Amino acid sequence: MKKEKIIEGLLKFSALVTILTTVGILYVLLSESIAFFREVSIWEFITDKEWTPLFVKKHFGIMPLVAGTLLTTFIAISVALPIGITIAIYLSEYAHKRFKKIVKPLLEILAAVPTVVYGFFALTVVTPFLQSIIPSISGFNALSAGIVMGIMIIPYVSSLSEDALSAVPKELRNGSYAMGSTRLQTAFKVMVPAASSGIIVSVILAFSRAIGETMIVAIAAGQQPRLTMNPLVPIETITAYIVQVSLGDVQHNSIEYRTIFAAGITLFIFTFILNNIGFYIRKKYREQYE
Amino acid sequence: MENVLEAKNVNVFYGDFQALKNINMKFKKNAVTALIGPSGCGKSTYLRLFNRMNDYIDSFNMQGDIMVENKNIYNKEIVVEELRKKIGMVFQKPNPFPKSIFENVAYGLKIQGVTNKAVLKNAVRKALQQAALWDEVKLDLDKSALALSGGQQQRLCIARTLAVEPSIILMDEPTSALDPIATAKVEELIRELKQKYTIIIVTHNMQQASRISDYTAFFYMGEMIEYNKTDTIFTNPQHERTQNYITGRFG
Repeated sequence: MKKEKIIEGLLKFSALVTILTTVGILYVLLSESIAFFREVSIWEFITDKEWTPLFVKKHFGIMPLVAGTLLTTFIAISVALPIGITIAIYLSEYAHKRFKKIVKPLLEILAAVPTVVYGFFALTVVTPFLQSIIPSISGFNALSAGIVMGIMIIPYVSSLSEDALSAVPKELRNGSYAMGSTRLQTAFKVMVPAASSGIIVSVILAFSRAIGETMIVAIAAGQQPRLTMNPLVPIETITAYIVQVSLGDVQHNSIEYRTIFAAGITLFIFTFILNNIGFYIRKKYREQYE
Repeated sequence: MENVLEAKNVNVFYGDFQALKNINMKFKKNAVTALIGPSGCGKSTYLRLFNRMNDYIDSFNMQGDIMVENKNIYNKEIVVEELRKKIGMVFQKPNPFPKSIFENVAYGLKIQGVTNKAVLKNAVRKALQQAALWDEVKLDLDKSALALSGGQQQRLCIARTLAVEPSIILMDEPTSALDPIATAKVEELIRELKQKYTIIIVTHNMQQASRISDYTAFFYMGEMIEYNKTDTIFTNPQHERTQNYITGRFG
């Protein structure tokens, strides 16, 4: 009996550690951000078009960083979405079971490559290649980082979408075939609509992963906060800025230091909203099939 | 009566396992033929030969001929999709698509490229009427098919099959997931449909076979033991195995 109690206590402790860590992170994030917003108004933070906290003439407009983040994320999604969904449909509707068993884990390795490797791949392979096509492109740019990030998140889309397609009752596929549908018609008219919520969730998670991605953009996209949607010039994302300042020698408790928490909470709000949308859709989806 | 379907020296293997052994059988037009037998006797495999649904099973291998209107449907030049427009299928578990009632019934025509709204509307209405579902759903055609009861879903699946106007309908235990009242409705429907269609039905339910079919074939361990008019099979079976099965002594 005593042993049971000890084990229960240990389990409870592990659960608590996780929760406390989250609470701790939130506390630091919030308290430092509040200190930041005492000095810089939220209005200025949102509407100022420049982000130059490290310069003599300081501007605290988060929008250039948000723009950089969204730009690289959208490029990544436009790479990962079509490729990922095509792979998912191929694996679930066309490929042999044995082929799928081998290829799916192989694809998932893409997500396991250290992101710093991707960063250098973007900088030393993809960017020179892009420069050979578009000579005007800068050495650091959103396009290269976005494309490589897209490759990295392909397995998020393909694996989770494939899971969603495989979870559709096989009776639906048989029903569609028995009506005289081709494989393509079955895939797009029956299977994808039936798995749509799972597919949407996979894209949202990929989106969330891309927004939070740090190394690739820090290495390959540049460190110049710029309010632009031009993918050919250097930009800076929220995450890349946080790395830049964290590694630099700004003084603790200075306004410069606090900017990383303000940037951090902005990022947190984005991913928090996205994860919740994903959670909500997944919950609705479960209700539909049980 | 005319024969529309014929199996000639059919043998089916799943890997090394022989699921069907030298089956020879002719099916009459506009009749209901029931396939009965204990689980694993090969009757579902047999049914699925006629619209080539076994093609998706990796280890499936068949010898012999399946003739539909005197053409071997396992010939290379046969387009499976075309074949399935002529030979519809209703499954064990109702499997409506996650679409509206209207879209479910219109599905077969839409994939054939029919886009004319009036044509689709007419076809949907006709199919639902034939499936005895129209009066229950005519005000809810845009509602999700998944909101229907199990029995209604199964009749919807029958309507979906009827909408493309096949000549033969295969039914794989179509009432096994339904309650007695829904079952009675589907049976009633099958009796009516045979005026226009040739129906082959797999069933575990002996009373069902005797109630709705004109002919019955008894399968056991991959062999077709006996095939005759339903009355004869149930009142005067020629084989002891058939007798034992229909009287419930095994199976």
